[in-house]
Amino acid sequence: MAKMKGATVVDIERCKGCGLCVVACPLHVLALTTKSVNQKGYNYAETVLEDTCTGCASCAIVCPDGCITVYRKKEE
Amino acid sequence: MTKEEIIQKENLVYKKPELLNDVPMHYCPGCSHGVVHKLISEVVMEMGMAEKTIAISPVGCAVFAYKYIDVDWQEAAHGRAPALASAVKRLWPDRLVFTYQGDGDLACIGTGETIHALNRGENITIIFINNAIYGMTGGQMAPTTLLGMKTVTCPYGRDPKLHGYPLKMADIAASLEGTCYVTRQSVQNVASILKAKKAIRKAFEYSMQGKGSNLVEIVSTCNTNWRMSPDKANKWMEENMFPFYPLGDLKDNGK
Amino acid sequence: MAEKEVTLMKGNEAIAHAAIRCGCDGYFGYPITPQSEVLETLAAEKPWETTGMVVLQAESEVASINMVYGGAATGKRVMTSSSSPGISLMQEGLSYMAGAELPALIVNVSRGGPGLGTIQPSQADYFQTVKGGGHGDYRLITLAPASVQEMADFVDLAFELAFKYRNPAMILSDGAIGQMMEKVVLPPFKPRRTEAEIAKECPWATTGRTDMRKPNIITSLELRSEEMEINNLRIQAKYKEIEKTEVRFEEYRCEDAEYLIVAFGSAARIAKKVIAIAREQGIKVGLLRPITLWPFPTKRIAELGKRMKGILSLEINAGQMVEDIRLAVECKIPVNWYGRLGGIIPEPEEVVEEIKKMTR
Repeated sequence: MAKMKGATVVDIERCKGCGLCVVACPLHVLALTTKSVNQKGYNYAETVLEDTCTGCASCAIVCPDGCITVYRKKEE
Repeated sequence: MTKEEIIQKENLVYKKPELLNDVPMHYCPGCSHGVVHKLISEVVMEMGMAEKTIAISPVGCAVFAYKYIDVDWQEAAHGRAPALASAVKRLWPDRLVFTYQGDGDLACIGTGETIHALNRGENITIIFINNAIYGMTGGQMAPTTLLGMKTVTCPYGRDPKLHGYPLKMADIAASLEGTCYVTRQSVQNVASILKAKKAIRKAFEYSMQGKGSNLVEIVSTCNTNWRMSPDKANKWMEENMFPFYPLGDLKDNGK
Repeated sequence: MAEKEVTLMKGNEAIAHAAIRCGCDGYFGYPITPQSEVLETLAAEKPWETTGMVVLQAESEVASINMVYGGAATGKRVMTSSSSPGISLMQEGLSYMAGAELPALIVNVSRGGPGLGTIQPSQADYFQTVKGGGHGDYRLITLAPASVQEMADFVDLAFELAFKYRNPAMILSDGAIGQMMEKVVLPPFKPRRTEAEIAKECPWATTGRTDMRKPNIITSLELRSEEMEINNLRIQAKYKEIEKTEVRFEEYRCEDAEYLIVAFGSAARIAKKVIAIAREQGIKVGLLRPITLWPFPTKRIAELGKRMKGILSLEINAGQMVEDIRLAVECKIPVNWYGRLGGIIPEPEEVVEEIKKMTR
């Protein structure tokens, strides 16, 4: 069965570092930064396990600010 | 496959709905409001009603909802949104009319307007964000605050002798002849969010079909005034709010 | 009922009939003595079957004024009516409407107060109406009818002024005029405006984003002080314009008068009888009847005051409009007040005695 490969794009400046995407992701793809902050001072969410993402969009669905755009492509 | 190969327009799975504009929302990190704003935006777009929607915002954290969702909005006085909506819908029967209110707005100062608009069967939807606390004004007790729950105006916990009992507005609404659809939903995980979206869609459809008034209560969190992280607030809500405000449809006369 | 036909009806009924005829889109009100006939007449006439006008008995005056706010925010011609205690409940809504710059008509058929008061007439809501009542810097365009005919005529006029300036307008009447029956010629029928006409007259209204225009937002909230000052200055400029152009009053036998009565509504009717009696006794009295209480005929009263020996404010309250008369003449000539309280209407003879006191 072909695997789905996903990718998330986080709007870093819109992110408030609430962490709900981190909790929602079943595959630990996302984490809040520890060393960087955005213009508003939030530790924003970033992809840490890129290759694991299947594009389920759980992160984007729970994000209260609509920061995350999700893509998905079938692996050939 | 590289990330760049995946991030192509034709591979898009999910993005912020267009009707929810790019203005940064002022809500606290992790606040349920943002999720519900997204759902409303998606439903209005999917119903093709962006040009025919008139929405009423409350006094409360969501007072500025009109800055974020690109439909025509009216800002109501505290608690009065159902009165505005009643007039608007009667004057413009082919428009989608809904109110968006918090628990203080809907169940405290606005109790009269809420019950009467619902009882008259106005063809509107009331979206009720119930997080059992007054958010905007700094965490005071609300009519839906649970017994024992601590807020800045009941710092030793809600005591029925001093403060009376919490109100179950959805139950009251379900008992009124005029209501068509009364439901309790939540938005703390993917499954509940998808259910909540279906509920909002159903309520909006019923109101457009002239089937009566609709109340969609979203049991929510206020992580800031509950003094918890967003994730802990969701868990606290599941453990403490859901037993008292159980989720599900209390009434569905639209079928 | 044919046009130009003379009929006999109560002031309250005239309001209702005039509303239907002037293309009013909606009435939202609550019963309260002495004005419930407005809602009752509308309910009996069933205009929703003829003109499509919405008539809704609301659950309270608070709900009524907020329904008016919602309807007005969509550019519709909407109105409510009440009496003094109910108008008190509407003050928040009036402030919100002025702040959001919404046009609408509110009719106050005043009764005695304060508190639950009486059901008899009074003019004691003058302060509440023209000095605020609700919070913040705002004014109500205020018309004071003195007859059943004016009750009928002022409905369309109030709507015209309200929409011209995007501000709520009030007809400040009283229980006597609301309940009395007089001959009236009702205004001709005017159709309710179409959606296109509303969009043209009120491009600011929340009617739905037709053709995906920019969203219209009706709000009175602005947390940034600089912006809020700009909003307020714009509204104040509107009020200055209204004060310049919309003052209305009636002068009665002022040409040779040495004493002036200033009175509105029912008190003005009594004043005319007072003048007849006083003139028989050799005192030359005239009447200035403000038709707009706001904007107040300050300029005209100041002009007339220059050739008067004294002014009497005849008002059925404890002395409210008298203050504005004193301001108008800058306290340069004696300005007295006479009135009765508790819902009692002054008799002409008592007022003549008061004028005689002024001549001594």
